Amino acid sequence: MKLRFQLNGAPTEVDVDPMRRSLDVLREDLTLTGSKEGCGEGECGACTVLIDGAPVNSCLVPVAQLGGHDVQTIEGLAQLGPDGEQLLDDVQRALVTHGGTQCGICTPGIALCASAALKREPAADRGRLRELLAGNLCRCTGYQLIIDALVTAAAERGRAAHEPSAPGGGADGSSAHDSTVRDPNAPPSGDRA
Amino acid sequence: MTDWIRPANLAEALSARAAHGDYMLLAGGTDLMVGASERAAPAGVIDLFGLDELCALGRDDDGRLRLGAGLTYERLLADPLVRAELPALHDASREVGALQIQARGTLGGNLGTCSPVGDTLPVLLALDAEIELRGPSGTRRLPVDAFCLGYRETALADDELIVAVRFPADIGRRSQVWRKVGTRRAQSISKVMLAASTARADDGALRNVRVGLGAIAAQPLRARETEAVLEGRVPDDALADIAAQTVQTDIAPIDDVRSRADYRRAITGRLVRRWVLQLADAQR
Ligand SMILES: Cc1cc2nc3c(=O)[nH]c(=O)nc-3n(C[C@H](O)[C@H](O)[C@H](O)COP(=O)(O)OP(=O)(O)OC[C@H]3O[C@@H](n4cnc5c(N)ncnc54)[C@H](O)[C@@H]3O)c2cc1C
Ligand code: FES
Ligand code: FES
Repeated sequence: MKLRFQLNGAPTEVDVDPMRRSLDVLREDLTLTGSKEGCGEGECGACTVLIDGAPVNSCLVPVAQLGGHDVQTIEGLAQLGPDGEQLLDDVQRALVTHGGTQCGICTPGIALCASAALKREPAADRGRLRELLAGNLCRCTGYQLIIDALVTAAAERGRAAHEPSAPGGGADGSSAHDSTVRDPNAPPSGDRA
Repeated sequence: MTDWIRPANLAEALSARAAHGDYMLLAGGTDLMVGASERAAPAGVIDLFGLDELCALGRDDDGRLRLGAGLTYERLLADPLVRAELPALHDASREVGALQIQARGTLGGNLGTCSPVGDTLPVLLALDAEIELRGPSGTRRLPVDAFCLGYRETALADDELIVAVRFPADIGRRSQVWRKVGTRRAQSISKVMLAASTARADDGALRNVRVGLGAIAAQPLRARETEAVLEGRVPDDALADIAAQTVQTDIAPIDDVRSRADYRRAITGRLVRRWVLQLADAQR
């Protein structure tokens, strides 16, 4: 089946079995190996790509469903500078600065999901960021440095948009919210039952 | 190779369905695509994702609220009408999977799968929803418990589509609640879910009480004995205890990999008790 879609801003055409997973076509046919397979079952988010700006698990999307849509992978997140150098997205830069990565398998999915989530919710606080990233599992970092990075990126976007930070909220988004918001990584508490 | 049909509108989708009852009906694929590469590919697929007429959201002429079967959790969450009139569904949508699942998973897909752990099903039960099905011989509307017949078993005929879910016109004025208990607060499969709604008379008495439960039997069900003990009563501490007792005999939970029957029974009782206490508080 012939399919056309936008891939990282460029018109793309493939001739493929429509039921193949988008993840496999991206990696094997289009050699974009930045999207990773963790679980292959929709649980881990390592295969996250953006379809029309929304993060989705490419292991669950048959390639035919990309037809006519705008697809972005991690390879398209950094921009090219005037001298052909790669200019990282602010979320990518923050992940580097904070050391929010170890083996790197989860990192492309995290960068894409966070970048898309912050576009929709630039004022997301620490607790909300944890919720927004709940579909991206990391076996290495323990999440703390990832969330630190995202809090920084959010604060920078907030400043860029001239949004004053909430009263009492520190430049890092503050941890004042942490006890009141849902932490997706927290163990179940008796409170919810 | 799989024959891929992408209908341009509902009429095309219905004729494709009538012609190919054996083709896979695919929406967001968040149920169907799990493990799909290990199974034989289907002969054909009818791809419904994003079909305009299945993404309707608004009021019908008779005042009832209509949500198209193709709406994703993401669309439901973003909609002010859902937030205002169907807060229990809004809250449930927020807890389905995570962003990636919410962007693809649909209401129609949750119904089509009819899993005992489908999160919207107890909500639809508690909000008196009816499921609208369409096929070659026309439209029929079924209450949720006439649609969900058993473990992953629905009343959908193999020439029909799920088109929409409709809610009573006054549903936004009823008090609604949603509680999901899982292992983790996001992307976890439910051990127990409670959805409930009730109208209040001027004296505070409960009217049209609906209690929907999930993950406590082979299919989602209404706790009818519990509804009966609450109906017409003004909630207080004693009533909360009675309702919590009653609901534990209303259900038939099982032991499985996610939880044990006695845990599910105890938690269900506590969820109901807490809801009735909240209603009593709202009264004071
Ligand atoms: C990681 C992960 C987490 C999840 N978390 C949750 C959760 O927390 N709660 C929960 O309830 N579910 C959860 N799910 C399950 C799934 O996301 C939901 O059931 C979702 O609503 C399915 O919708 P879909 O559009 O993706 O369905 P599909 O997979 O496309 O289809 C599911 C079924 O519905 C049928 N169908 C779809 N649309 C129609 C229609 N219009 N007419 C007739 N039949 C139709 C299909 O034929 C199929 O049988 C999760 C899944 C994954 C992978
Ligand atoms: S590989 Fe797709 S979600 Fe894990
Ligand atoms: S850095 Fe290894 S999985 Fe996240």
